Amino acid sequence: MKTPLALAIAAAALTVSAVHADEPRHGGTINTIIQPEPPGLVLGMIQNAPTRTVAGNIYEGLLRYTTDLEPMPQLATDWEVSEDGRTWTFHLRDDVTWHDGEPFTADDVVFSADVFHRELNPSARAVLQHIDSIEAIDDYTVEFTLDEPFGPFLISFEAGTFTMIPKHLYEGTDFRDNEHNNHPIGTGPFKFENWDRGTVIQLVRNDDYYEDDLPYLDGINWHIIPDGASRAVAYENGTVDVLPYGTVENFDIPRLSELDNTCMTEAGHEYFSPFAMLWMNNREGPTADKRFRQAVMYAMDREFARDVLWNGLGNVPLGAFGSNARFQNPDLDPYDHDPERARELLDEMGYDGEEVRLLPLPYGETWTRWAEAVQQNLREVGIEVRTEATDVGGWNQRLGDWDYDLAFTYLFQYGDPALGISRTYLSTNIERGSPWNNVEGYENERVDELFNEAATAFPDEEREALYHEVQEILQEDVPVGWLLELGFPTLYRCDVQDLVTSGVGVNDGFKDTWLDR
Amino acid sequence: MLYLRLITMRLLKAVVVLFMIIIFNFVLIQLAPGDPAAILAGEAGATDEEFLRQLRERFGLDQPMYVQLWRYVSGIAMLDFGFSYRQGVPVLDLILARLPATLLLTGTAFVLSLALGIVAGSLAAARVKKPSGSIIMTLALLFYATPLFWVALMSVVLFSVYLDLLPAYGMYTVGAGHTGLALVLDVGKHLILPATTLALFFMAIYTRMTRASMLEASQQDFVKTARAKGLKNSVIQRRHILRNALLPIITLAGLQAGQMVGGAILTETVFAWPGIGRLMFEALQQRDYNLLLGIFFFSAALVIVFNIITDLVYGLADPRIKEGS
Repeated sequence: MKTPLALAIAAAALTVSAVHADEPRHGGTINTIIQPEPPGLVLGMIQNAPTRTVAGNIYEGLLRYTTDLEPMPQLATDWEVSEDGRTWTFHLRDDVTWHDGEPFTADDVVFSADVFHRELNPSARAVLQHIDSIEAIDDYTVEFTLDEPFGPFLISFEAGTFTMIPKHLYEGTDFRDNEHNNHPIGTGPFKFENWDRGTVIQLVRNDDYYEDDLPYLDGINWHIIPDGASRAVAYENGTVDVLPYGTVENFDIPRLSELDNTCMTEAGHEYFSPFAMLWMNNREGPTADKRFRQAVMYAMDREFARDVLWNGLGNVPLGAFGSNARFQNPDLDPYDHDPERARELLDEMGYDGEEVRLLPLPYGETWTRWAEAVQQNLREVGIEVRTEATDVGGWNQRLGDWDYDLAFTYLFQYGDPALGISRTYLSTNIERGSPWNNVEGYENERVDELFNEAATAFPDEEREALYHEVQEILQEDVPVGWLLELGFPTLYRCDVQDLVTSGVGVNDGFKDTWLDR
Repeated sequence: MLYLRLITMRLLKAVVVLFMIIIFNFVLIQLAPGDPAAILAGEAGATDEEFLRQLRERFGLDQPMYVQLWRYVSGIAMLDFGFSYRQGVPVLDLILARLPATLLLTGTAFVLSLALGIVAGSLAAARVKKPSGSIIMTLALLFYATPLFWVALMSVVLFSVYLDLLPAYGMYTVGAGHTGLALVLDVGKHLILPATTLALFFMAIYTRMTRASMLEASQQDFVKTARAKGLKNSVIQRRHILRNALLPIITLAGLQAGQMVGGAILTETVFAWPGIGRLMFEALQQRDYNLLLGIFFFSAALVIVFNIITDLVYGLADPRIKEGS
């Protein structure tokens, strides 16, 4: 069942495309919100969500991606791959300058990827370990040579992963103490202007931007407002025009979306496609028994959670691979809401009513309520649950120490199973101290083999077969609970045009945005 | 001379107390679950060990605790409060950048609550059996009993959303580019709601306290003497009753003044006021220990300073205290 709100989004999408007949116009500064305040703005050095959202307008990558995650030219105009899938050649634009006026060349690409990101950036390192060498053939040609074909290679050039960093400002310095960190220099459509900590981050139009006519806006003001209710007021009284993901509580969204001249979109998250999961401790306690984990899947009413808590936005996943990940196996047996089946499984394993501890995600009201809903579902089938609330620090520590039975989390899928999905299930990824690896402690040799082979198989048909097999095993073993592919709404005034234009649109969309007023 | 020695003694004691507070805070913070490197890595969704190792090494968290403590204390001795883990900026810079905003807010609220509280309390005491006195006391009770954040939210709804008279949040109008007098007026406009919100609670306390101690003082023999002398009632109220009733108010004002740095977390959060309270709350959530310890240090220092000032003011209000010491 989809709620009226989800229908309203579909309708709004239609209306927006109808209005597009108008020619884009220059001018105007847009006011929006960033929450929480980012720690810094040097993308690649810092990877958290608010940094990506602001700095995605200052910095760029070689490529952009459509909302279907197909590559589009950005700093690279075109690219080709050798027949064995090991050598990739990128041709760069020759008319790009950094915000300080220096030209952007192939040397910057080599420095960024091979030096800067290798030292600082964990998400780039995941790709770099498959890369043998990076060379500048001439000023505007770069060649990447891989050890063996790597499936997700081409999807890794988004601005937040392989950010282009100016070599002339960073080479030979201590990157984290570089004086330019306070005044980031990129190639993007907007330049850094001012950051009044606790109040506002201001970007202004890059008048020398290499794409004709772009950007249309004169600037962007990111207001920093720590309280959720105050953020809603800022939209209501007209101070801000765009409410990006996560800026207002979900229960406020139906009310705000009914205000005059208000549109909403779910687009712009396809690359990250946040996937909510329930960690289940595979090591000890009732959760160590696969039948218990299956019972949890049958017991949860995931559609209820989506419709009531998430306003009908998002997608109940079939299994471990979400709809925005490639190579989803559509033939898996779904885990429908079936309390009877859950009780049977619990009887079969002889569950004795041992209490399990559930950790909600300390990210606000929606997550707290979701934990309550799951607790209720599990009690209905006879599972005793105690909820243990923590703050972010405590939650990190509890998961890093594996001190939990059930715990909520969500992870980005990054467009390819080898980047965003395998990390949760590979036994080589079991390590204490981080809440983002194989926290559940699942170990299965065959699964390891399949994931590793699939990452470097070539071409895609081979990858698909391997991934389909691994999904069947995971569907049976249920290492973690698959809750929801989250749909994050962006609310905005309807006269803000072309707000989301790519698969990471919440981070790089203002480039194409214009105001129809 | 005696006075000077008194102050010197107090300052020496203050240094010892401050040192103990630093040690105590440092130990206390180590007891909180969660490690700053893990939280930073968590925010970034970073999975690899290398990232955590780099961060721990950079923050010195890989050292034993006594080494960390020694580094911290010896740093403070040279007024070096270290770097904020999360923002990578010197702690002192962060605090000094936020301090003016907080002092403007809490200072305004302090003056506002003290002045209005004493006036309202005196009026209530003078009209003790009249309806106007009861109205003042009912209002005071209402302000005293209502939670701050609720007052804050409701005043935003009323004055910003419905009436559209005052800005809902922030310290100045972003993008307006005001300078000079226009900027002062703009900040003043933004200051009204948060300062009033913050002032209401203490104003209520001052009102109640002023009234109670004035009523008590008015029963004293010297007041009867003054009346018998034929002094005007207003003079008796001001010079004889109010002055004698001031001591408990000064005590309370000293307490409120001590909270000026860290006491406005809720107000600063709801009104997006870029002050220290918010900085402290965020630092706590992010386990940004250096920053948190720095803010603790400043608030502790301020409490001590205001304690000394309070003692001095006692002497001004009631010369007998000065002589007694």
